[in-house]
Amino acid sequence: MARLVKLQSQIQQVRVEFFTRQRIAEENRKRENAAAVKIQSWVRGCRVRAYVRYLSKHAVIVQRTWRGFSARALFRHMQEVAYLAMRMKFYNQMAVRIQRRWRGYYVRRNVHNYYERKKYLEALSKKNEEIRRELEEFGQYQQKERHWVAVEREEKKKYQQAQRQHFLLSTIQCPGVYNSPFRGAPSEMEERMRRVTPVLAQSAARQARSKHRQQRMAQEQQNASFLPPINAKKPQGPFRAAEEVWRQRQRPLEPSLRVATSITALEEAREQLRSQELSGRLIDHPFWPFASAHKSRKYQPLIHTRSAFQPLPYGTKHFREDTKHTLQDKEAFKTVFTTCHVFDKYGRLYSNAGNMV
Amino acid sequence: MSQRQVLQVFESYQKSRTQFVQTVAELATRPQNIETLQNAGVMSLLRPLLLDVVPTIQQTAALALGRLANYNDDLAEAIVKGDILPQLVYSLAEQNRFYKKAAAFVLRAVARHSPELAQAVVDCGALEALVISLEEFDPGVKEAASWALGYIARHNGELSQAVVDAGAVPLLVLCIQEPEIALKRIAASALSDIAKHSPELAQTVVDTGAIAHLAQMILNPDAKLKRQVFSALSQISKHSVDLAELVVEAEIFPAVLACLRDPDEYVRKNVTTLMREIAKHTPELSQMIVNSGGVAAVIDYLGDCKGAMRLPGIMMLGYVAAHAENLAMAVILSKGVPQLAICLSEESEDHVRAATAWSLGQIGRHTPEHARAVAGVNVLPKLLVLYMDMESSEDLQVKAKKALKSILQKCTHLPALEPLLYDAPSNILKHVVCQFSKVLPHDSKARRLFVTSGGLKKVQEIKADPGSPLQEYINSINNCYPEEIVRYYSPGYSETLLERVEKYQPA
Repeated sequence: MARLVKLQSQIQQVRVEFFTRQRIAEENRKRENAAAVKIQSWVRGCRVRAYVRYLSKHAVIVQRTWRGFSARALFRHMQEVAYLAMRMKFYNQMAVRIQRRWRGYYVRRNVHNYYERKKYLEALSKKNEEIRRELEEFGQYQQKERHWVAVEREEKKKYQQAQRQHFLLSTIQCPGVYNSPFRGAPSEMEERMRRVTPVLAQSAARQARSKHRQQRMAQEQQNASFLPPINAKKPQGPFRAAEEVWRQRQRPLEPSLRVATSITALEEAREQLRSQELSGRLIDHPFWPFASAHKSRKYQPLIHTRSAFQPLPYGTKHFREDTKHTLQDKEAFKTVFTTCHVFDKYGRLYSNAGNMV
Repeated sequence: MSQRQVLQVFESYQKSRTQFVQTVAELATRPQNIETLQNAGVMSLLRPLLLDVVPTIQQTAALALGRLANYNDDLAEAIVKGDILPQLVYSLAEQNRFYKKAAAFVLRAVARHSPELAQAVVDCGALEALVISLEEFDPGVKEAASWALGYIARHNGELSQAVVDAGAVPLLVLCIQEPEIALKRIAASALSDIAKHSPELAQTVVDTGAIAHLAQMILNPDAKLKRQVFSALSQISKHSVDLAELVVEAEIFPAVLACLRDPDEYVRKNVTTLMREIAKHTPELSQMIVNSGGVAAVIDYLGDCKGAMRLPGIMMLGYVAAHAENLAMAVILSKGVPQLAICLSEESEDHVRAATAWSLGQIGRHTPEHARAVAGVNVLPKLLVLYMDMESSEDLQVKAKKALKSILQKCTHLPALEPLLYDAPSNILKHVVCQFSKVLPHDSKARRLFVTSGGLKKVQEIKADPGSPLQEYINSINNCYPEEIVRYYSPGYSETLLERVEKYQPA
């Protein structure tokens, strides 16, 4: 109990102490709390920073690896591209070098060959010269020919005039009009008239007669069926009757066949035929078939043959006709014949009456 | 009254009819009588005489009608309106050869005036009758018939087609082969008239084998026949490459050139036309002509003739040169350019000059070498004059300008260009200055010469819009020279110098 008393005596003291202590605690509590917060914040900050450091360290590792990887890949790619470009450039350069040579060679050889062109132009100018010379010669030749024709015509005209005026030729006694005594020499016409043979003068009556005869001949030839003379009196003397004479005169020429035929009749006839053929021909090649249709014409077998003579497929071999059904009724072809017993049946084969035994 | 007296009446009637018809036919030959005859009503009098019982009167009446119709188209129309043609066509099949000849003459005289009249002749069925009389034995009848057919076919393609459809072409080709020169001549002319309209008609003529027969007659001595032959060949070959090649394949080539020395000028002209028609198609055909020496022959021909005769030759040179650079070189080498320059200065007709300008342009447009050859004969100033001349036709101006432009764009021969600096208008000047601006930077001698000849001064005087191509060319010329030289030659430099003298204060 003492203890209780002791304790009870102490209650007051404890209470004071309790309150003191409570107050002190209360006084310190704010500070302590702040300190605790500080400590906690520091610790937590440290932890978080450590964690973040940890994370970032690893992130850097990941990034470093990835970036390295991708950059290397990119670099490799870029390198490849650059290498390719370099190679292409090189190849292109080389190709250009080859093409340059080839094109130069080709153009110089085929398209614009300087030496060929020079040669061609030289040849052309030579040809031109030649043509010009030939044409010049030809022109001169033609001109000369025309000149000669004109001269000849002139000459002929003068000759005819000289023939016609031959009567103006001077004689020993009397000089002609072309031979003036007041001139030194006779004129050209005079000379000409001396050279020409004059046209023989015919008397008017004779001319008329010959003309008449010619006309009559022509008429006679034209109408051979002349009427007989009307007053057919038999002339006195040993003459035939007028009728008979007339018939004889009108008798047409009857040459023998040998005389009537020309020696060259055959050649002439041939020539005529040929010329007719030539002149009547419109087109030299009368008809060419249009296409090659005639070449690919199909073979049409004849009606009576049994096999089709068409190109057979390779490998087929026929020795006999293959259309058997057409041969069914036929006997096989015999190569060996039974002998015909002629003599051992002689006189027995047929009866006397002619009937078969 | 005795029988004789009765008959005498008829006899005198017949005599006077004969006399009338003969006199009218005689009078119709003179142009001054025609009007009087027309006013006297000769048509209505002649028409019944065509049906006269006496053949001589019929023939002479037809002859008189033909002569009247030949004179002018009014009378020809009067014949058409008077329904005379059916009678003629009917009797063309029936009568003797003299009458046929006269009737064909009338048809020809009517058809020659205009396409309408020719159509009227066709409408009354004349073609069949004419074609039948082409088969006549007498060459005179054939001649008259083919002449009439040719006159009908001459007008246009349809009439020509009608003639072809009537089957005239093979018979005309047969007529060419006859021995008579006159018949050959007229048949060739008819073929030429048929072939000239369209490629199809020409092909029809070719299909009957006409080319071979025509080609055979090239060396015929008769000039008029040769005219027609060459005309026919050129009308055939003008349409297409194939036809031209067919003509060439008849091996006409070296032989044709000999005809360029023919005394007859129309033969020469037609030969040149033929060569032009062949050359214009392809470079190969042109090359063939060049290789056979045709160009030299044509150039010689240009020297021999005058006026419109030169036209085909000039055009042929142009066509040949237009195809390719080496062909143009061949023309230059055959001394074609001086000849063309002579043509340009001698000729007075605008169309010939236009053709010459065109040909020169075609020759000079290929390379600087060609342009130099053209500029070397001093044609550029002439072309400029033609272009500037107010009297020149529009076509000539256009052609001259085109030629100038195409030559200038290739020309690097500066001495030839310099005269153009002084009197060319700005649209030509542009090309001239352009050529200078291209050449001067690379040629020191030319730069020096350009200054001494006064070209630089002239260039400074040109007034060009800033920013225009001309100004650019001038700038690039100025860049070839030191600045003080350019300033020295600019207009107004002496004034600025004097100003500086005035402003200068001595120290």
